Amino acid sequence: MERLGSPEDFAALQERFIADRDTRIPVIVIPAGTCGQASGANDLIRIAKREVLSNGLAGKIRIRITGCHGFCQAEPSVLIEPEGTFYPQLGIKQMTRVVQAVGEGRVVEDLLWRDRKTYKRVQRQSDIPFFRGQRRTILARNEKIDPIRIYDYIENGGYSALVKVLAEGNPRWVVDEVKASGLRGRGGAGFPTGVKWELLANARNGQGKFLVCNADEGDPGAYMDRSVLEGNPQSVIEGMLIGAYGTGATQGIVYVRTEYPLAIKHLVIALRQAHGLGLLGENILGTGFSFDIQIVKGAGAFVCGEETALIRSVEGERGEPRQRPPYPIERGIGGRPTAINNVETWANIPIIVDEGAARFSKVGSPQNTGTKIFSLVGKVRNTGLVEVPMGITIGEIVHGAGGGASGRAEIKAVQTGGPSGGCLPASMFDLPINYESLTAAGSIMGSGGMIVMDDNTCMVDVAKYFMKFLKDESCGKCFICRKGTQRMWEILDDITTGKGTLEQLNLLEELALAVKDASMCGLGQTASNPVLSTLRYFRDEYLTHIERKFCPATVCRDLFTYRVIAEKCTGCGLCIKVCPTGAITGPRKEVHNLNQSKCIKCRACFEICKFDAIAGDAIIAVPPR
Amino acid sequence: MITLTMNGLPVTVEEGTTLLEAARFLGFPIPTLCHLEGLSPYGACRLCVVEIGQGTIAKLVTSCTYPAEEGLKVRTASTRVMRARKMILELLLASCPQSKTIQDLASAYEVRKQRFRQEYDDCILCGLCVRMCEEQMMAKAIGFRGRGERRSVGTPFDVPSQACRLCGACMYVCPACQLRCTYNEPEKAICGSCANLSPPCLEKKAFDDMMCYMAPCVACEIRKD
Repeated sequence: MERLGSPEDFAALQERFIADRDTRIPVIVIPAGTCGQASGANDLIRIAKREVLSNGLAGKIRIRITGCHGFCQAEPSVLIEPEGTFYPQLGIKQMTRVVQAVGEGRVVEDLLWRDRKTYKRVQRQSDIPFFRGQRRTILARNEKIDPIRIYDYIENGGYSALVKVLAEGNPRWVVDEVKASGLRGRGGAGFPTGVKWELLANARNGQGKFLVCNADEGDPGAYMDRSVLEGNPQSVIEGMLIGAYGTGATQGIVYVRTEYPLAIKHLVIALRQAHGLGLLGENILGTGFSFDIQIVKGAGAFVCGEETALIRSVEGERGEPRQRPPYPIERGIGGRPTAINNVETWANIPIIVDEGAARFSKVGSPQNTGTKIFSLVGKVRNTGLVEVPMGITIGEIVHGAGGGASGRAEIKAVQTGGPSGGCLPASMFDLPINYESLTAAGSIMGSGGMIVMDDNTCMVDVAKYFMKFLKDESCGKCFICRKGTQRMWEILDDITTGKGTLEQLNLLEELALAVKDASMCGLGQTASNPVLSTLRYFRDEYLTHIERKFCPATVCRDLFTYRVIAEKCTGCGLCIKVCPTGAITGPRKEVHNLNQSKCIKCRACFEICKFDAIAGDAIIAVPPR
Repeated sequence: MITLTMNGLPVTVEEGTTLLEAARFLGFPIPTLCHLEGLSPYGACRLCVVEIGQGTIAKLVTSCTYPAEEGLKVRTASTRVMRARKMILELLLASCPQSKTIQDLASAYEVRKQRFRQEYDDCILCGLCVRMCEEQMMAKAIGFRGRGERRSVGTPFDVPSQACRLCGACMYVCPACQLRCTYNEPEKAICGSCANLSPPCLEKKAFDDMMCYMAPCVACEIRKD
């Protein structure tokens, strides 16, 4: 790899790549992020390579291995360029057919994605409802780029934003441009990135300044940062380079969790290649501008995503927050000014510079510009990463890209923002998603987790689950967060096991408000959200648990028994098959019997029954008020 | 010099003063457990919270860490502050009912009972001992380990530390175990009649020959028996 000595060298290289590109050759794109590999993408890669070689298709078909495209439900999937044909959930044998068909220029009809409502096959990826509802600015680049090849990135317009900035030669312009774009931190709090950069640019310290990319993504069920780092690490590097130029920072750090080995691997390769090309390090592109990036691996504490805790962790101390002020922008790593931005924020920077702040700020709503990636999981048909413009409603995501409920039960709520977020009921699905509206509704934007729940989810149990997570992940430094989360969990545990009282419910609310008010860092201040939001929107469920000692969703095992509804049971025998303890018996086509003493309430029969013939009953008959 | 308003009174303090120092100088009582002059502020016990700002942007901050700012409006005992403080004291009582210091504080704030499941911990993890050992004794013999409910204070790997000089400073500063209530039904809590019966030298061999600062203390007489 030859070092590029000037912006002109770079432009020549990029032009050569674009000129050499032959768009007629079909490309088999195989997404192989962590999610893809887990569901078998490695097998598909192997088969594809073998088929191409053994059938003499080398040179006629190209294979590109990329990061995740976002449609997790369909993994392992394959995308054929240039037509954009999409094959979901391929097996080894089907892959052979796909490669042969590509070689012959055909489409394998019966492997295409099928719409569940109309039963029609859809060929193009862009016509599939999951992709149609999105505006994929960041994720779309994942399809085009092999993350371990910097040339792929450069060919697709990569690093031209950096060259543009270097040509402009004015750091002030960069900061103004980011400010004008209205980009707000994608990590959750939504602090305007441009303002943060301006503060850093104005901070004076003789020993240099730090830029940090926060890739310590710890929310259960959220993985947008991982996908961006795995699929397009160069965009984060380019974003940081631009940021460094604008703010005068001298050193960059990517703080990434050790649980993301593939992201770290791709990042290490990307950094090495950028170094090799002279796009990173001393005297970048011969312009005299120097900046270097290091990787710091976090040991996987949730609280280390909090900026002061992250700084402590980078310094090699225990990852626990300290009271602000002083803010990191004044005294960060080693006492030097530090600006910390999320992975997604950094990935947005090259796009802003490339297309201009004016165009960027047209997307989304006025105070909340640009797109945001959400990780849509839970009880929806299509799970995966969706990138949508800000200001879109929750309902549009859940019913549009998500495709509605996955089972027969209706969607009841959406939990946004990870464990520190809140649960919003289906009646609020018209709420536009932006930082302010979600906070006002008692939830948070967070890093973009979105967990959909249906009628079979018990909201008290959900609150208890998140509280368990938070009590385990609280660093324990400040007393009210440590004990407060423990005690909240304790009360929730009492309620879900039938020991709860109304006094405890009041105490829970009182405690939740105190924890929110008096905690030191963001973790504690938002730790009450799961409790407060479920109390606000689903108080009746709490009351049913306490007064009737019954869990309507049949989740809390101590509060119900299953029985077979004789009128609905058709005697199909499905439940007999799945019951692990043999508690259900009965001849075929006759109403089955459920033996209470054997039943362990595992929910298997409840979930498999197609006729809703299994129902939960309260154990103790307490008349409703 | 910086001028700010504290509980409606205009106050002028030197730059770099914390809100806690300013309040104490003026005689506004703010309770603390993790604060000690000479040790770096920590902000862990949360008892010293005060309310700053106006209207919707009003918030609670720990006065021991917050520096005085020009024009700041501080309320050291607003309803919001008292609510938070009482809840913290209730949580403290629920966890460490045997500490005389905590009982006295709770009593002063009229927290007479606690509504949680009773636990009998000793340590409230205020970090005074850890900071004392590191900052004043320059030993760094003890530190924190674990997180969340598994957080505890101790030497690395629980091996007796070579760095420890048995100076006893850690015990001297401890708000929880320095004065212990041995009333036999601590959940009935604040009786105010505790005898100071169980200093650490009785329970831990390592502290047998330490310099004793605990006066009056009956431990030595007990050991003679």
